[in-house]
Amino acid sequence: MNIVTNTFTVLAITVGVFFFLAGTVGLLRFPDPLTRLHALTKADNLGLGLVVLGLVPQADAPLGALKLIAVWLLVQLAGATVAQLIAREARRGVSQA
Amino acid sequence: MTIVFALDCWIAVLVLAVASWTIMARGSFAAVVGFVAFGLLLTLVWVRLDAIDVALTEAAIGSGLTGALLLGAASRLPEAEFATQAQHSLLVPRVAAALLSAAVAGVLAGGVLLLPDPAPSLAPVADANAVATGLGNPVTNVLMAFRAMDTMLEKVVLVLALVGVWSLAQVRRSGAHPLPLHRPDRDSTLAFLARLLPPVGIVVGIYLLWEGADHPGGAFQGGAILAAMWLLVMMAGLGDAPSGSRGRLRLALICGPSVFLTIGLFGLWLGEAFLAYPAAYAKPLILAIEFAMTLTIALTLGLLVAAPRESAA
Repeated sequence: MNIVTNTFTVLAITVGVFFFLAGTVGLLRFPDPLTRLHALTKADNLGLGLVVLGLVPQADAPLGALKLIAVWLLVQLAGATVAQLIAREARRGVSQA
Repeated sequence: MTIVFALDCWIAVLVLAVASWTIMARGSFAAVVGFVAFGLLLTLVWVRLDAIDVALTEAAIGSGLTGALLLGAASRLPEAEFATQAQHSLLVPRVAAALLSAAVAGVLAGGVLLLPDPAPSLAPVADANAVATGLGNPVTNVLMAFRAMDTMLEKVVLVLALVGVWSLAQVRRSGAHPLPLHRPDRDSTLAFLARLLPPVGIVVGIYLLWEGADHPGGAFQGGAILAAMWLLVMMAGLGDAPSGSRGRLRLALICGPSVFLTIGLFGLWLGEAFLAYPAAYAKPLILAIEFAMTLTIALTLGLLVAAPRESAA
C-alpha cells in the first residue's frame, strides 16, 4: 500500500514539475504578453494541481489534505484573476499603440 | 540528507542572485518586483530554518505589504527621473556605499561564524517556563509574556508610523470624503475577486490569530491577512478608504496598545510587576491583548497602504 501511494506521489509531482518547466520555458520564449500568460496559467493550474494531487496521499490527516486542496483552489482563483487583469492591460496597451 | 543540503545551498544562491539583481535593476518597478521575489525566497529560508512564525510574517509583511507600499511609491516616482539619477550619481558615494555594505555584511558574517558551539540560546529557558502562560507556541510566549514590553512598544511604533504618514500625506480633514484607490469599476474581474475572496480571507486571518496560541501564527500574521482583504475591497472600488478623522476609527487604531497598557498596569496594581499577568488568567488575558492588537494591526497596515494615495488625486 505504501509503495503504491509513494509511486503515485512521485509520478504526479514529476508530471506537475514538468508543467512548471514547460510554463517557465513558455514564459521566457513566447513572443507577446497574451501567449506568455497562456503558458504561465498552465503552470499554475495543472502544475500546482498535480503537485497537490501527489501530496494529498502523504498528508497526516484528512484535514491536512483538505488544506492542500484549498491552497490549490485559492491559487487558481488568484492566478485566473491576475491573468485577466494583466491581459486587459496588455490589450489596452496594444490598442493605444 | 545530501539532497536537502543541495536544496538549501540552491536556495541560498538564489536569494543572493535575486538580491543582486534587485540592486542592479534599472527601473524602479523592476526593482520592486525583484524585492517581492526576494522576500518570497527569504520565506523559504525561514521555513528551512524551522522558523515558521518568521516565515509567515516575512511573506505577509516583508514581501506582500511592503511590496504594495513600494509599488505605490514606484508608480508615483517618474521612471525617467529614476534612470537619470542612477546614471548621474557620483562614483565616490556609490563606491563608498558599496564598501560600507560589504563591511557590514563581513562583520555580520564574522559574528555568525565566530559564535561558540553550541551558540548561546535562551530557548531552553523559554521552553522550561512555558507552563507559566499555558500557551503552546514558544514564539507567542516570548512575544506576549517574556518580552511583552518590546511587543507593546512595537504596536505603539506602528500607530506612530501611521500618524507620520498622515501628517506627510495631508489627508483631507473632516467633511471631505476620501477618494477610492482605483477607478470604481464594479463589474471588473478585480471586483469579482474582491467579492469572492474576503469571506475566505477573513476566516483564514482569524484562524491564524487563534492558532497562534499553540502553533505558528498570531496577531501580526492574522492582522496582515485581514488588512490585505480590506485593501482588496478598497482597490476594487467596492469600498472607500475611511476618513482618518472619524472618531471610531481612531479609537480602533489605539485599541491594541491601550488594552496592552491597561492589562500591563493592572499587573503593577496587583503588586507583581508592569506587564505581569496573574498566573490563573495568563492565557485569557494574552488572548484578549492579541485580539485587540489584531484589530489595530489590520487597520494600521491597511491605512498605511491606503492613506498616501488618498491625497494623490
